[in-house]
Amino acid sequence: MSDEARSRRFTAREKAPLRREMLVQPWPELGLVASAGPADPEPELVVQGGAVTRLDGRDSDDFDVIDRFLVAHGLDLDVAPEAMALSDERLARMLVDVDVSRGELVRLARGLTPAKLARVVGMLDPVELMMALKKLRARRDPGNQAHVTNLKESPALLAADAAEAARRGFDELETTVGVARYAPLNALALLVGSQTGRPGVMTQCAVEERRNLELAIRGLVTYAETLSVYGTERVFADGDDTPWSKAFLASAYASRGVKVRFTSGTGSEALMGHAEGLSMLYLEARCVSVVRAAGAQGVQNGSISCVALVLSVPGGTRAILAENVLAAWLDLEVASGNDAIASHSAIRKTAKLMGQFLPGTDFVTSGYSVMPRSDNTFGGGNYDADDIDEWLTIQRDWQVDGGIEPVAEGELLRVRERAARAVQATFAELGLPDITEPEVESATVGHSSGDMPDRDRAADVEAADQLLARGVSALDVALALDRRGFDEIAEAIVGMLRQRVAADYLQTSAVIEPDGLVRSAVNDPNTYLGPGTGYRLEGERWELLQALPHVVDPRELGGGEEGAASSAGDGDVAATGTDPSEVVVALGPAFADGVRETISGLAHADVLDAILAGVREAGGSPRLVRVRRSADVAFIGHDGALLSGSGVALGLQSKGTAVIHRAELQPLDNLELFGMSPLYTLESYRAMGRNAAGYALGQRVGPVPTELDNFARAKLIVTTTLLHARETRAIVPGAPAVEVSVARTDASR
Amino acid sequence: MPVELDPATDYPLGTRRPDLVRTPSGLPLDRVTLPAARAGELVSPDVRATPETLALQAEVARKAGRAQLADGLERASELASVPDDELLEIYTALRPGRSTPDELEAWAVRLDDLGARRTASFVREAAAVYVERGLAAE
Repeated sequence: MSDEARSRRFTAREKAPLRREMLVQPWPELGLVASAGPADPEPELVVQGGAVTRLDGRDSDDFDVIDRFLVAHGLDLDVAPEAMALSDERLARMLVDVDVSRGELVRLARGLTPAKLARVVGMLDPVELMMALKKLRARRDPGNQAHVTNLKESPALLAADAAEAARRGFDELETTVGVARYAPLNALALLVGSQTGRPGVMTQCAVEERRNLELAIRGLVTYAETLSVYGTERVFADGDDTPWSKAFLASAYASRGVKVRFTSGTGSEALMGHAEGLSMLYLEARCVSVVRAAGAQGVQNGSISCVALVLSVPGGTRAILAENVLAAWLDLEVASGNDAIASHSAIRKTAKLMGQFLPGTDFVTSGYSVMPRSDNTFGGGNYDADDIDEWLTIQRDWQVDGGIEPVAEGELLRVRERAARAVQATFAELGLPDITEPEVESATVGHSSGDMPDRDRAADVEAADQLLARGVSALDVALALDRRGFDEIAEAIVGMLRQRVAADYLQTSAVIEPDGLVRSAVNDPNTYLGPGTGYRLEGERWELLQALPHVVDPRELGGGEEGAASSAGDGDVAATGTDPSEVVVALGPAFADGVRETISGLAHADVLDAILAGVREAGGSPRLVRVRRSADVAFIGHDGALLSGSGVALGLQSKGTAVIHRAELQPLDNLELFGMSPLYTLESYRAMGRNAAGYALGQRVGPVPTELDNFARAKLIVTTTLLHARETRAIVPGAPAVEVSVARTDASR
Repeated sequence: MPVELDPATDYPLGTRRPDLVRTPSGLPLDRVTLPAARAGELVSPDVRATPETLALQAEVARKAGRAQLADGLERASELASVPDDELLEIYTALRPGRSTPDELEAWAVRLDDLGARRTASFVREAAAVYVERGLAAE
């Protein structure tokens, strides 16, 4: 074989979507190592005279801005001696021990250094990490966040998508802008849409801090998660911030009623060129320690936009899950990524998702794209509108709450139209450029912004500027809606303003119920302590998440009229034949009776005509009998063979599965088995008849050509089960086979 | 009037202790309604948390065992009285390389003047670190 020889299997795999991604060996010097990097410091905390003199391998003189911030605001020196004295193994075991409470673990974490935190979670395997995350999530109930954007920045579509997201149960909606000046309009559309879909849903518009604060002051947004932190001083400064500036900004936002969540994630330091030779997980431990020290209630982490970089190194997926665990251990709300595209491979990205999906986090994704990926201007869309059925099905499969509810098409159309009309009315009332009827209609039923009429974008951004200049606020939006008869939505927006005044949603992991009740880690803490405790998907919520719109009631499935009178063509007890050319065609108990057609929809009468014609054209003499004692195709065929003058029979189940059998074979053996009933045509059955006759007459017989469809089982197994259930219900135990006459099998459709 | 809060019974304030929550102009929480807005009793500048309410939330956080969140909310309580423009100016001043130690000290003094004592000392703390880490402007 030449050196250039290629395996066609290898070349086929190279074309798979997965292979568009690069996998690299670790290169710790560049920070391309997921966890346990060779240069990661030993956990260390030395306190002398109440002052920290050494932290994770550094003397206090060498503390960088992050170390100094953690010493000033992060480390709880009352608990640190106790916590740091515990061995890595001991802490790791406590993380997965259902008898150790979250409260105890959170208490100890206050005294742990970043190196210790990273070391301990680094010891856990994926299932242990999931266990720890399930235990450590701050709020009892998992939730989810949606991304709502579109390429045209169409307000009607934004409002409709926001309404759908809210109606589907997302607790938070995030939008952003393609063009910065759009921010107030997008925020407004999101506010109106969200409160149309479900009162209490929180919204944000990810824009530059000054604009964001301005939107917040006007009540047009309620949360922010744009506050990025990094694990090395150099990258932090390159991000144009320090822990002090970010902590100040967090308080500034909170002072204007904004729920604040920071952003961090593995891989960012390596991407930005200054990982300082440290592992991704260790640097993330420094990040989440800063987040907690800065007084943020939560963090969006899980690599976020760098996810594909982290997945390029060994153990990347595990490290990302570990960083979510770190954040939860530090008592932070966690919006756990899964928003940026993690992989071209659906298998790979969903394998990664399970780490957060199965244990549940405060927000399983930091942005599920409720619109098609092409409209996601975050550059995200790991999961999008076209994947919703998949997500819902996986929830149903695992009995796990991933925070998205199935909603019927009609209900969503109603909600979407109402939101589009509400934002249309708001625009009109506030003197913004018209939203036309075609826009409302397309926003209601469209797939993407490609379906939306174009708007005069220059007029829109100009109007957006004026909106801010005029000081239009959420209260003005409520009054505008009220004047146009959308009083329910107006009430919902005022409800959000009431929340701003009370500020309860500034507490950890807060979400707002439709009735205005704030649920957070304060009043709805995660109390998981093993099986039977904590959040469990059961009762009404489980019923709801099972009820996908396309779920069918198996009792209502067709397959021919059931319960027809007696088997029309059945005659006397079948005798044993003597004609050596005889081929018995043995029918199942329900054939042409309780069931009238095969799984592929062929009428039983037509199937019989084809088989009989096949037997005859090969020189055989067909005789029909019905086997009543068994629904198993092997026994139907074998019983038939025992009655056949030639010793050969064709057994036929009602669903269309067939077998050619011979009397001297064991029942579960056969001459030919035709198990792919969904694929058979009348010509197939005719060929089966010919072959059966061929065997009977001692001819040389080539097997009937059959196709293979590996998905037939996945597609039709439910129908198969239901048809077979009818067959088994028609069994008469111990009853002998009976003769059936051809003319009487005219099973009408 | 200091209030003894118990997060277990008093949180969420909006639901369980609306009596403790008022708008900046003194409107009780249960008057933050659509009819009040229609009647012109509720106006936009009034739709925000007061320093007192933010301080109560800080207390909730502290009693729930979240010291740093409580510190942050206490700073928020102080910053509620700081004008919008200045808020952003101080943030910018705290970014790396923007301010000399003297300029940060001037902001700290300003914050003290506005009654934002904790935030002022937070800024002074930053100034000292910035000098040592080369993050202050020359």
